[in-house]
Amino acid sequence: MTSQKGAKNRRLRFEVFRYNPEDPDSRPHMQSYEIDELPYMSLFIALNTIRETLDPSLQFDFACRSAICGSCGMMVNGRPALGCRTQTSDLPDLIRLHPLPVFKLVGDLSVDTGVWFREMAENTEAWVHAKEAFDPDAQEERMDDELAQKIYDSDRCIECGCCIASCGVANLKSDFAGPAGLNRIARFAMDPRDARDAAEWFEVVANEQGVFGCIGMMACHDICPKELPLLEVYAYLRRKAVAAAFANKE
Amino acid sequence: MSTQIINTDVLVIGGGLAGERCAIEAAAAGLDVLILSLVPPRRSHSCAAQGGMQAALGNCVKAEGDNPTLHYLDTVKGSDWGADQEVARIFAEEAPVAVRELAHYGVPWTRVRGGRNSYFVKGERIEIDEHLENDGLIMHRDFGGTAKWRACYAGAGTGHAALYAVDSEVVRLGVTVRDRAEAIALIHDGGRCWGAVARCLRTGKYSAIIANATVIATGGHGRIYGHYTTNATINEGMGAAIALNTGAVPLGNMEAVQFHPTALSPSGILITEGCRGDGGYLLDKNLHRFMVDAEPEKQELASRDVVSRHMAQRMRDGKGIETKFGPHLWLDVRHLGEQHLTTKLREVFEICRDFAGLNPANDLIPVRPTQHYSMGGVRVNKDGEAYNMAGLFAVGEAACWDMHGFNRLGGNSLAETLVSGRLVGRRVASFCGKQSLDVSTGVAIAALQEAEEQAARLLANEGAGPSAYEIRDAMAEVMIGKVAIFRTDDELTEAVSELRELHAQCDRVVLRSKVPGMNPELSFALRLKSMLRLALVTAMGALARTESRGAHYRSDYPLRDDEKWLNRTLVRWPAAAEEPVFSYEPVGLLDLPPGHRGYGSDERIEMAGTVENYNAEVDKLQSEHGKLRTEESIGSRIRWGEWGGQQ
Repeated sequence: MTSQKGAKNRRLRFEVFRYNPEDPDSRPHMQSYEIDELPYMSLFIALNTIRETLDPSLQFDFACRSAICGSCGMMVNGRPALGCRTQTSDLPDLIRLHPLPVFKLVGDLSVDTGVWFREMAENTEAWVHAKEAFDPDAQEERMDDELAQKIYDSDRCIECGCCIASCGVANLKSDFAGPAGLNRIARFAMDPRDARDAAEWFEVVANEQGVFGCIGMMACHDICPKELPLLEVYAYLRRKAVAAAFANKE
Repeated sequence: MSTQIINTDVLVIGGGLAGERCAIEAAAAGLDVLILSLVPPRRSHSCAAQGGMQAALGNCVKAEGDNPTLHYLDTVKGSDWGADQEVARIFAEEAPVAVRELAHYGVPWTRVRGGRNSYFVKGERIEIDEHLENDGLIMHRDFGGTAKWRACYAGAGTGHAALYAVDSEVVRLGVTVRDRAEAIALIHDGGRCWGAVARCLRTGKYSAIIANATVIATGGHGRIYGHYTTNATINEGMGAAIALNTGAVPLGNMEAVQFHPTALSPSGILITEGCRGDGGYLLDKNLHRFMVDAEPEKQELASRDVVSRHMAQRMRDGKGIETKFGPHLWLDVRHLGEQHLTTKLREVFEICRDFAGLNPANDLIPVRPTQHYSMGGVRVNKDGEAYNMAGLFAVGEAACWDMHGFNRLGGNSLAETLVSGRLVGRRVASFCGKQSLDVSTGVAIAALQEAEEQAARLLANEGAGPSAYEIRDAMAEVMIGKVAIFRTDDELTEAVSELRELHAQCDRVVLRSKVPGMNPELSFALRLKSMLRLALVTAMGALARTESRGAHYRSDYPLRDDEKWLNRTLVRWPAAAEEPVFSYEPVGLLDLPPGHRGYGSDERIEMAGTVENYNAEVDKLQSEHGKLRTEESIGSRIRWGEWGGQQ
């Protein structure tokens, strides 16, 4: 993992994808920059250094710079990763950066994940379908702590889009819910506060747009910056779909 | 430039927890609501809240006997009596509802496990049998400055879980969100606000959003300290700034700036107070647990202002670990064990691994106090209405409501966003029910043109002027060097003069990039002057306040002075004026008389008159400073004297 080993006086060479859709003169191309490596240098530090000292027009997204907000997904030497969490000391001297595929390009390394995830949330109705209205005077409904932790494990997805970018199916089929979408479905399906029954879940998940669209390459599982248990998530959804199929038959 | 005019009932500026909770309430009342957000709402800085949300549910053994009155008392003491006590009372009573409502929205709160549990308290491992009848209720952890375990939590990702749950409700209700959009200026006529001019951060295009009610919910402004903050890069304070730029609306208590004791050194990334709440220690370079000597009663769990001051003093005394990034101290959570660290503090475990290359189960964590929270903000009445400006509301960290006074307790801000969002959303709805939207579009067009001209002027600057980033870095060095934990007349005087000079340079900034579209350099440069105004009023407020209260500590005036300074700083910046204008209003009605906080120094200068005389003037004086009439009269929510016997 990361360390202070960056202090070996390296000169880093960046090749960065450039394209500004708002500029009629702009054409997609790769642009090179060189900077000196510093200790604790993340791509957050490196890209801001490039923008503030070499090229003020460079577009990229960061917000929390601590791997919790999910703004800075990008392709780092061909692999999707969070820029803020990626330390230059873990990379070779040449660092190639591209925007995440699948998502609409805003400019350079910046892509529109917000609209994609909002649509996914709308399509999968990713909210608790409450059984009854909230009663401000009532004590909270009880939940077993083990189950709360299990829901939390899935709820930790930060919608950075790295899994979507890494997914062969999502790259080809725009209506595939994708790993983050399937995880979101599982998160609500396992939540007893959600009123949707087996038949309703079957409609959401047991099809080509849902869990049966996944062809099991599992790059998502390897790439997820939050280490979500996606293998288990898909197994859970398949079991749920099969159980619902039998239930429907009865 | 092509322009656009959009109409809505309610414009919410900011898509974090406070803004979204407010939007939900207004949308549920049938109003047309538009949320503007710099980033997709789920990327708002609310997601960075880690350790917990305070609410007196009293569900676990160490929380037994807890109630909203105790929460209220802790909050007022935490504020060093700077808070509006009625607001603190409203907050403490509503917080349990807010936590339970989040459970209803789907937050996977950590739950009570009935039976034998093992905890660390004040350096000792203890075994406690949680009552079986409470099994499955929402669990609490300990936090600083509280009489009971009160913080409700979901791992160390409480803000994330809350934000996703609340945003899912926004999606369910179909509320319109424009992300990558920034409010550049308010549309107003000096006494009534009619929406805002927005700039699209995809295209750079401007639009005028005309709204009956406008809500500022943009969070804090920690980035006036540059990278010396735990705040996200988006916390540049533009909500507070556009309110200040109206010339009419005052900001409150801008000198009240919280430094969080444990930010990771050197990156400044937050490490939750939950680490100390769950039993973590602070150590100096000799591995000495200095907080036990400094605060025998509360130890590591005194309030943040007190702990940060002890830490800063320790490092001044040469007991810090010196590095080329400056000194730091250690946070020790090794004894909590890997199982605890990878579940209840999982986000901390990951941050340590990913950003410092260490395993907190085996290694000490390098930490130092770092700017964290803005107690100051847009001054509003208890209904969330800005002073002097009808139709303008503010909620959450962007507001000075003011339940935090001069120091916020950990876990209280997350609870505030939901309590105030819900309450102010309701006020927004009733306001829209009474007020019609009859603005002349001329006011909107003028505001739009002014915003476009501001950008054109910046783009037209040529030659050898300063870069926006140079000015930002200089501002950050002034703020962290001279307007931080220990403050003195000399340093603040220098800071004010240096910030004035930087403020004057902002109009001469030369952009090196003039590309069409959002142009990241232009986007930042458009905020720079506003950020300097926030920095300047912070430094000037700190210079003027010759006492020490909460996070505002004057080495040359070390005592809290209730005779002269039991008040709230207000600052306006009249249009076209060179300098801001300061004034002072009473903190609010006093129910709990000023006293000792239970930690920190017990020395202070007592108030000269009686509480009765103080209270008699509060409403009149606040109204003279621009407070709008509230739906219920002042004091209606105070439970006079009910703290008796519990204090």
